[in-house]
This record gives sequence, structure tokens and C-alpha cells, in this order.
Amino acid sequence: MKIVGDLPSTLTALDRPNSYIGRAVPRPNLARLTQGRGQYVSDVALPRMAHVAFVRSPYAHARIKAIDTDAAKKSPGVIAVVTGAELSEVITPWVGVLSHLKGIKSAPQHAIAIERACWQGEAVCAVVARTRAEAEDGVERVSVTYEELTPVIDPETALDSGTPVIHPDLGDNLTFERKHEAGEVDAGFKQADEIVEATFVFGRHTGVTNEPRAIVADWNAGDQRLTVYQGTQAPHMMQNLFAKHLAIDEHQVRVLTKDVGGSFGIKVHTYADEMATAALSKLLQRPVKFVADRLESFVTDIHARDHRVEAKIGVKKDGTITAWEIDDLTGIGPYSVYPRTSGIEANQVVNLVGGPYKCANYRARARVVFQNKNVMCQYRAVGHPIATSVTEGLVDLAAMKIGMDPVEIRRRNLIADDAYPCAGPSGIKFEKLSHHAALGKLVEMMDYDALRAEQKRLRQQGTYRGIGIAGFIEVTNPSAAFYGVGGARISSQDGATVRLDATGAIICASGVTEQGQGTEAVLAQCVASAFGVPIERVRVITGDTDNVPYGGGTWASRAAGIGGEAAWQAGKALRQNVVAVAASILQADPTSLDIRNGVVVDADSGRERIGLDEVARIAYFRPDTLPPGYQAELMATRHYVPRAWPFAFTNGIQASYLEVDIETGFITLLKHWCVEDCGTVINPQLVDEQVRGGVVQGIGAALLEHCIYDERGQLQNGTMADYLVPMAPEMPDIEVGHVVTPTTDSELGAKGAGEAGTAGAPGAVANAINDALQPFGISPITAIPLTPDLILRALGKI
Amino acid sequence: MSERFHSITVTVNGEQVRERVDARKTLVDFLREDLSLTGSHVGCEHGVCGACTVRVDDEIVRGCLMLAVQCDGARVDTIEGVSDRGEITDLQQAFAERNALQCGFCTPGMLLTAQELLATGGSPGRAQIREHLSGNYCRCTGYHAIVDAVEEVAKRRAGGSK
Repeated sequence: MKIVGDLPSTLTALDRPNSYIGRAVPRPNLARLTQGRGQYVSDVALPRMAHVAFVRSPYAHARIKAIDTDAAKKSPGVIAVVTGAELSEVITPWVGVLSHLKGIKSAPQHAIAIERACWQGEAVCAVVARTRAEAEDGVERVSVTYEELTPVIDPETALDSGTPVIHPDLGDNLTFERKHEAGEVDAGFKQADEIVEATFVFGRHTGVTNEPRAIVADWNAGDQRLTVYQGTQAPHMMQNLFAKHLAIDEHQVRVLTKDVGGSFGIKVHTYADEMATAALSKLLQRPVKFVADRLESFVTDIHARDHRVEAKIGVKKDGTITAWEIDDLTGIGPYSVYPRTSGIEANQVVNLVGGPYKCANYRARARVVFQNKNVMCQYRAVGHPIATSVTEGLVDLAAMKIGMDPVEIRRRNLIADDAYPCAGPSGIKFEKLSHHAALGKLVEMMDYDALRAEQKRLRQQGTYRGIGIAGFIEVTNPSAAFYGVGGARISSQDGATVRLDATGAIICASGVTEQGQGTEAVLAQCVASAFGVPIERVRVITGDTDNVPYGGGTWASRAAGIGGEAAWQAGKALRQNVVAVAASILQADPTSLDIRNGVVVDADSGRERIGLDEVARIAYFRPDTLPPGYQAELMATRHYVPRAWPFAFTNGIQASYLEVDIETGFITLLKHWCVEDCGTVINPQLVDEQVRGGVVQGIGAALLEHCIYDERGQLQNGTMADYLVPMAPEMPDIEVGHVVTPTTDSELGAKGAGEAGTAGAPGAVANAINDALQPFGISPITAIPLTPDLILRALGKI
Repeated sequence: MSERFHSITVTVNGEQVRERVDARKTLVDFLREDLSLTGSHVGCEHGVCGACTVRVDDEIVRGCLMLAVQCDGARVDTIEGVSDRGEITDLQQAFAERNALQCGFCTPGMLLTAQELLATGGSPGRAQIREHLSGNYCRCTGYHAIVDAVEEVAKRRAGGSK
């Protein structure tokens, strides 16, 4: 095994001496984490800190008739018992809508339910105590009288006239609807030799971050400031929301995010119990800690997916795709999640279906409905696994129908690599993608023809293996088009501040955050390369709204592409400033100097002129020796936001090779491949590991993970013993390859890579299973998770 | 309720500690809350995820499935102690070099579990490594890099190079 494999940089403009761009530089924070010296929010303890536990509704839909808190208040260690009505004195409710999702509606959501609980697990009362155990004791002594109401469970009937309306003021259970039509859809289907239809079903699943959601809120009445330690992906967004709903100014709120035990989109939303914790701290004027336990996580961490897509494709005998049509229905729980809304995923599905292909005849409808289950919102690769599975499932069904090889039908329909810039079927704009190069590389990496031969040979021996392919596009580096234009105060720009410290080292503070992706390594690489110091001399600070430039945080695969570019630009700016100081000390022309490997040198000869420590010493301690009127500026800030394109689309393609045991329905994953194009690869190791982790998350969705609700809206499998997640023995080795098509929107040219794996894996795995089962002539299975039970039913064995 | 609190004496990372603990307190809560050893993590509290893995009398156990009072008289080793002793420095370095951790929350438990396999010697294959780590949940890496790192250390140790 090669532990740190350096890829040669593909850059030219960035090709400075000692460039770290394109190198597998190890992350600076790993030694600490391997020694158990991290500081996660669940580790934080403050003087006078109290713990909150919540009484949660056992019903999916119920009126709260009475809450008796007397016994709980007398329970040992209990400090306060607070109902929703009482807490509403210090915190206002919120509504999760955005103006650019036309017609989206939702109801006011309270930090703690008042009058009505709308899903099983919604908090209805808080108990604050000296310890978490005592708070839980108190919870058991709170007596709530409920009147059970009819729950709305099935999205299919949520809009029926006989179904109760969850929020009567809204008129119906429709959260959001989008229709789209482009090209000549009816004519396209008419031209087709074959039309294939299928209904794709995507189960609800959830994030299962290893560290559950955690928050410590500390309202200091003396400072009139709220300090919040929170495992969040978006500290500035949360700063705004705490301030807004607690009726204080933003500058009175500091959000601190240290180590975060996994996020994946789970920790980028507003959670009622976290808002309640902040409100309780303000109410009680002391620090309050909330850490969701695993059972709470299953019923309160946002759930994901839960789509039913009726889909149709037209294809000619020569493989030409002539039209697409989809009708997506998704249930999102009783509230659209604040502030990003729960309409974004369905909107993405409409945007992304058919995206890799030339055929622009496309009709789509997406409906988002309320129901009495846990809330649903954006999770890693928002909408992408749905769109990719539908698109690539349809393409495989079409290929099967006309008897064409799955690789061949893709070759004939993928947008040509020299056709850019162009738009996808939904009108989304592509700067430059590389579908054919990626497909070519994939076929080569997996030795496609040899695998097909092996598959054929084994079939004759009664062993059923399948090969599945799924190409995808991924939304990364979002501009203001994602949230800002809709009125949400979620920044699409990000900043970096870089300063020379008094010994010549570099400190970089950035608005993007680190939850394990390697953000801090990437930022250090950008700054070290742009400024010209060994990477060990760069220290990165993230996750502190008092001390980093304003920014959006880490989501939608934006940290490297946007945060990295800001850091690159700030590093360049500081180099100029420091060179100017050195020039004034050396009485040299600044254009004749450069900084390389931590030393100011003659740009032409590379001859060392003065060390950074000496520049810093003079500038900070002997500025009197600098020319009169000259002021050294040893700190520089730069911001960056993509402007030329609404999103930097990336592309890639995955393949799964697996074996189906037709007696048990069990699946053995043999190997998985992913070729992806995220533009400039700043750190190949980190990109590869993002892809691998993402692939396995996608495999979890494809085969294992499912939040199963009964007809009364009760989650049936809300423990880690019942809800299956990917574990090491069942997962395959994953080979990753790259095509590099930089974006010209930034100097670095980096696009995002965080969600590619999750976007494509479910489609590849599902296609492989159906490929394996082809000899049985059964209808393809288009529902995930694809469990042994589903497979045996399809085979008619049970 | 005089039986509820118990005095226990435990040797934690080589240091003897005497504490009075609630009978219902789990070992991992005792380590984290009473001794501030926050390197052992709480992921599921029902014995599935392995984030709370620690050693009791040289055997790895789930810190959430054992009560603190059950450790009276025992030796308990956590990631902090094992790190300070230098017992797994090569494994920790391999994890860092191979980026075999992302958020790092599972890592202390993963390392202790991997070390249990490595301590048996030999060069386990990838399937054997995966099987041995089957009780430790990692949401970030997809496991491939972890298997690489453990495999590499096994080879190095077997080769006697480090």
C-alpha cells in the first residue's frame, strides 16, 4: 500500500515553487483525534452547566390537553421544568419557506410543541437538571394528557379530500409543487420505438452521525451574550437564527464549532430541541447542554429521501433516447425544515433527472406533501441519488428492452465532451463536463469486457453476478442562487483572513468549517502554496463566529471550491504585503522579490534575502526602523463567491460488481469503482476518501437503511440494533479514478467532491442487482433498500 | 437508598482512582464524566456502534454495556493511556497517513479493536480485518482506508521494521 501518493499537479497558473496543490498532504488535526484528544461538543463541560432532557410525544399526531409538571419539579436534581407555552416567552417560532420556491408553504414551528404534537418524537416539555440522568428521571415524572388525532402517514393519500389537513390554516397538505416541461415531450415519445415505464421507490433513511447532535448554550447575563458550542456545519447561519428568534442582536451571539462527530447534512438545519436549549439557557441564565441520545436521534435528526417517482423513457432501436417524464411525490413530515426548507430535494430531482444526457425532451412534476412523521430535509447529495437512480435505472431498462449493452447505450446518449457550455434537460447550465472521458476511464479501470465474460461463465455454473453502472452530475460550489435569492441568510460567499505572526508563521481564519472532510488541510495547502511557506508553518482556525470571516460553512460541496479559493486569494494578498515590507527593509524593488519555502528570495535567482521571522520582527517590534510614513500590513482578508455560473456542476460515473444468492436473496458486494471529475484536485487523498465514504453511504441507502413506520406513524426500528448501517465486513473495496476539468470561475479551478459517492452508488448497486437477475426474466426491482426479502419476492420464492 | 452509591477502586491508565458512583452509571459515563477521560465516546448506548470501546483487564469491552461498579478492582485502559504509553503509535501514524479517519469519533474505539487483532500477530488478510472490525461503526470513511491502515501496520510489525 502506498500511504501518501502524490499526484503531479495539473495546474499551470498555480504552479508556484513548493506548491501543495495536488498533493496528498496529511491533515494537521489527525494526531489529536487518534489520541482521544479531540474536543467534541459532547465533551464540553462548563461551570454551572445544567443538562436538558425532553419529554417527547409518543403519538404521531395528538392534541396536548394538559401537562402536569409537579412531580418532575420535585425530582432530585431538577432545576426547571419548562413547557412549550412557557418557553415561547423567550423564543419565537419559525416558518421554513424560501421565496424562490414559488408557492412553498409551511406552518409556524415552536421550539417545544404547544397545543399539538405533530410527529412521534416531537418535544412537548423540557426538564433541566444537574445531570443528564437526573433530567431523564424528571422526564419520567412529567405527566402529559394527550388526545390522539388521526395521523397523515401515506404521501399517496395526503392530498385526498378525505385526508385530514395537518395545518388547517394552510388549506391542504401540499407543501410545494413544481412542474417543468422542455423540448417536444409528446413528439419524443412518438418517435420512440420502445417506451419503458417504472415506479421507483426510495425508502426513508437518516444520517446516523456517530456523534449525535449536541449543543451547549451559555447565556451570560453579565455580558449579555450567548455563546453556543454546537456541532454545526453553518455557524454564521446559526448565529443569525439564535439572534433572530431569541430577540437579541447577532453580535451578541458567538457560535463555536470544534470537532464534529460527523454531519453529512444532518447538522446544517434548525432543530427545535437545539433552539429550545439556547432559549432555556437564556431563561435560566446558565449554561445548558443537550446531547441527543441515539433513540432521540432516530426520531428527531432529519430523515432523508422517501420519494416515489413514476418515470418513463422513450428509446429508439439504435439506442437514441427520445424523451423523459417523471412524477415525483415525497413526504416531508409536518413542517418544512427551517431555514433551507424541505422543498429543495424535490426541486433538485426535477433539476437533475436526465442531466448527463443529450435528450432534452423532458416533462417533470414534483409534489412535496406534509405527513405526521419525523421531518425530512437535505442530507448528503440532496436529490442526487433519486435523480441518478431514476435516470440510470431508466437507461438500463431501455437498454434491456432493445437488447443493447449498458455501456453502449450511454456512449450513444451522453452529452459530448466538446459540447460545452450547454444546458441540461431541465435548463441547468453546465460549464464543462467530461462524461465520455469518465466512462472510458471507468470501463478501463474495471476491465469491463473481462467482467462481462466472467459473469457469463459463472452464470452457466449457477452463480449470479451483476454489473451496474450509474453516471451522475453533482451540484457543487453554489452561488447565491441556492438560498440567498430565496431570502435565507445563508451566505454563499466565504472569506479567509491570513496573517503573519510575530515569528513568521501564518495563521488562517476561514468561514468554512471542518467536520472531518479535511477542510483545514485543504485551506492550509491553499495558503501555504499562495503565500510560499512550508505547510507546517500554517495554522488554520475555523468554527468561531467571533474570529473568522463571515461565511456559509460547509455544505453542498463548497468548502474546498469556495473556502479554498478565498484562502488562496488571501494568501496571495498577504504575500504581496509581506514582500512590500521586505522590499522596504531591503530597499529593493518589490517586483524583484518572492516568498518561497518561508524565505524572501530574489524572484529571478531564488537567492535568499531575508527570513520571514526577521521581516516579522522588524515590522512588529522595530517599525521605527522602517521608512517614515510606511505602515506594514501583515494581515489580509479576501472573499470569494462563484459569479459566472449558478453552480459548478461536476460529473462522474460509478460501477458496482456484486453477486446475488438466489436462495437467500443475500447480496455480496465484490467491488465498486468511481470515476469523478471535481476539477482541480487540491488533495487527491482527501478527494478519494470523500468519494469512498460517500459511496458506502449510498450503499447503505441501496441495501440496508430504512426508517420503517407503521400506519399510526410509529417508527418501528429506531435503534442501531434494528436500523441497519454499513459495517466493515459487508462493504467492498472501492477504486477511485479522476478526470480533471477545472472550473474557470476561480483561479484554483476546484469544484466540490463531497457528495459524488452518495449520488451515484444507489443507482449503480440497484442496476447491478437487476443485471444479476436478468436470466430469471423477472420485472426489474425499482425500490430501495433492496433487501433479501424484496429479491426473494421478485424471484417468486416467498 | 444506601445501596445506590458504591465506592469503587479502579486502576485507570495505570493510576489508582477511588470514586463513589451511582450503581446505574455505565463505565463510559464514569470515565467521561467523573474522570474527564473524554477520548472514549458515546455513540449509541446500546452496544452496537463500538465508539465507547475500552479495555478492562486487557479485554476490549463496550463501555456502555458495563457498569462502573462492575469495574471495582479492575484495570481499565482508555485511548488516552494507550496513547501515552506509546503502545499504538505506529497504528495511529498509519491512520493519519492513510486518512483512515475523518470526523475521528469512532477512531479511539476502532484503534483499540484493531490493536486487539494486531496483538495476535501475523498478517491478517483484508477480509479478516473487516471481520474483526465488524462491531465498530464508521460513518465517514467507508472502511476501505481503515482496512488499508491496519493491513499496513500488520505487515510492518510482521516484518519487524517498526
